[in-house]
Amino acid sequence: MTSQWYDAEAGPLVRPYAMTGGRTKPGPSNVRFDLIALVVVDDDPPGRAEEDLLGPEHRALLSLCRAETQSVAELAADADLPVGVVRVLLGDLLEAGFVRVSRPVPPAQLPDERILREVIDGLRAL
Amino acid sequence: MAYERSDRTGADDGADTALALKILVAGGFGVGKTTLVGSVSEIRPLRTEERLSRAGELVDDTGGVDRKTTTTVAMDFGRITIRAGLSLYLFGTPGQDRFWFLWDELAQGALGAVVLADTRRLEDCFPAVDYFEHRKIPFVVAVNCFEGARSYGAQEVSRALDLDTGTPVLLCDARDRDSGKEVLIRVVEYAGRMHTARLLDTVG
Ligand SMILES: Nc1nc2c(ncn2[C@@H]2O[C@H](COP(=O)(O)OP(=O)(O)OP(=O)(O)O)[C@@H](O)[C@H]2O)c(=O)[nH]1
Ligand SMILES: [Mg+2]
Repeated sequence: MTSQWYDAEAGPLVRPYAMTGGRTKPGPSNVRFDLIALVVVDDDPPGRAEEDLLGPEHRALLSLCRAETQSVAELAADADLPVGVVRVLLGDLLEAGFVRVSRPVPPAQLPDERILREVIDGLRAL
Repeated sequence: MAYERSDRTGADDGADTALALKILVAGGFGVGKTTLVGSVSEIRPLRTEERLSRAGELVDDTGGVDRKTTTTVAMDFGRITIRAGLSLYLFGTPGQDRFWFLWDELAQGALGAVVLADTRRLEDCFPAVDYFEHRKIPFVVAVNCFEGARSYGAQEVSRALDLDTGTPVLLCDARDRDSGKEVLIRVVEYAGRMHTARLLDTVG
């Protein structure tokens, strides 16, 4: 019974990670999503049958993504799940082709002046 | 913006141009971080469930502690939508030094940071100042003006903190939305200036 709940890599089962089958790291793609990486639904997702096989947490995340493009942090806050868990679940959704996830902006690559100007004006207008 | 995609074929649509910027709000315990994030954005608590052993690696030896347990680290999180496809995300860093390892992740790709300071215990913000200086992340120091605290000038604070020349210091009231907005505007302006200066450095 117990063995199906975690794999050797993950070590002992950690309660919040029960819904990920004990996995604390995303799957083979092994990307660690940035907190502000943006998640969008894939425009060519798997069919209905495959979606029906998803667990409730996967589906909850998917419906949040469908409502709006969201960051990993927002998804965690809205789904009321710890970030680590959301990362694993998103890894599954990515692998299965349900979503796409933006890569984090490289630190040296700040947005150009026009964007920053827009942000400043936007803040003033708040 | 580049997207991870399971089949690696890539795709172009409107969402690919969406941009997310990140500003950190740091400072000592009880200095007003949560208050500041809440006054300018719709604040939401964000739970990061960390395995204690991971945190323990960077702190003291957790010897007797049960390694199967996790610890919840809560941080403040807010979003300001500038327009469709352009959002500013605020993260209030956890005050306790025990969770330094979280900062590294938060700091990655950050546009800039606010270090909140309380003049009654200025030394509490030393770690945050050091942290951002060493990583060359542009930051401003915002002195949160609590009642009963003697008011100091920006110059005095700058000297007391031994800040690099040019690092902006401003006085604020974290509870006040306009004051909070001004703090963020200063961060963005300063980050822009620093970035331009660095670009010029690499060119000439
Ligand atoms: N008088 C005054 N009180 C403030 C101000 N900013 C925050 N406070 C109060 O100070 C207390 C602490 O503020 P928080 O925003 O919770 O501080 P924090 O930095 O998030 O605290 P930790 O997360 O515990 O480190 C609260 O009771 C606030 O209402 C300010 O500008 N003036
Ligand atoms: Mg707080």
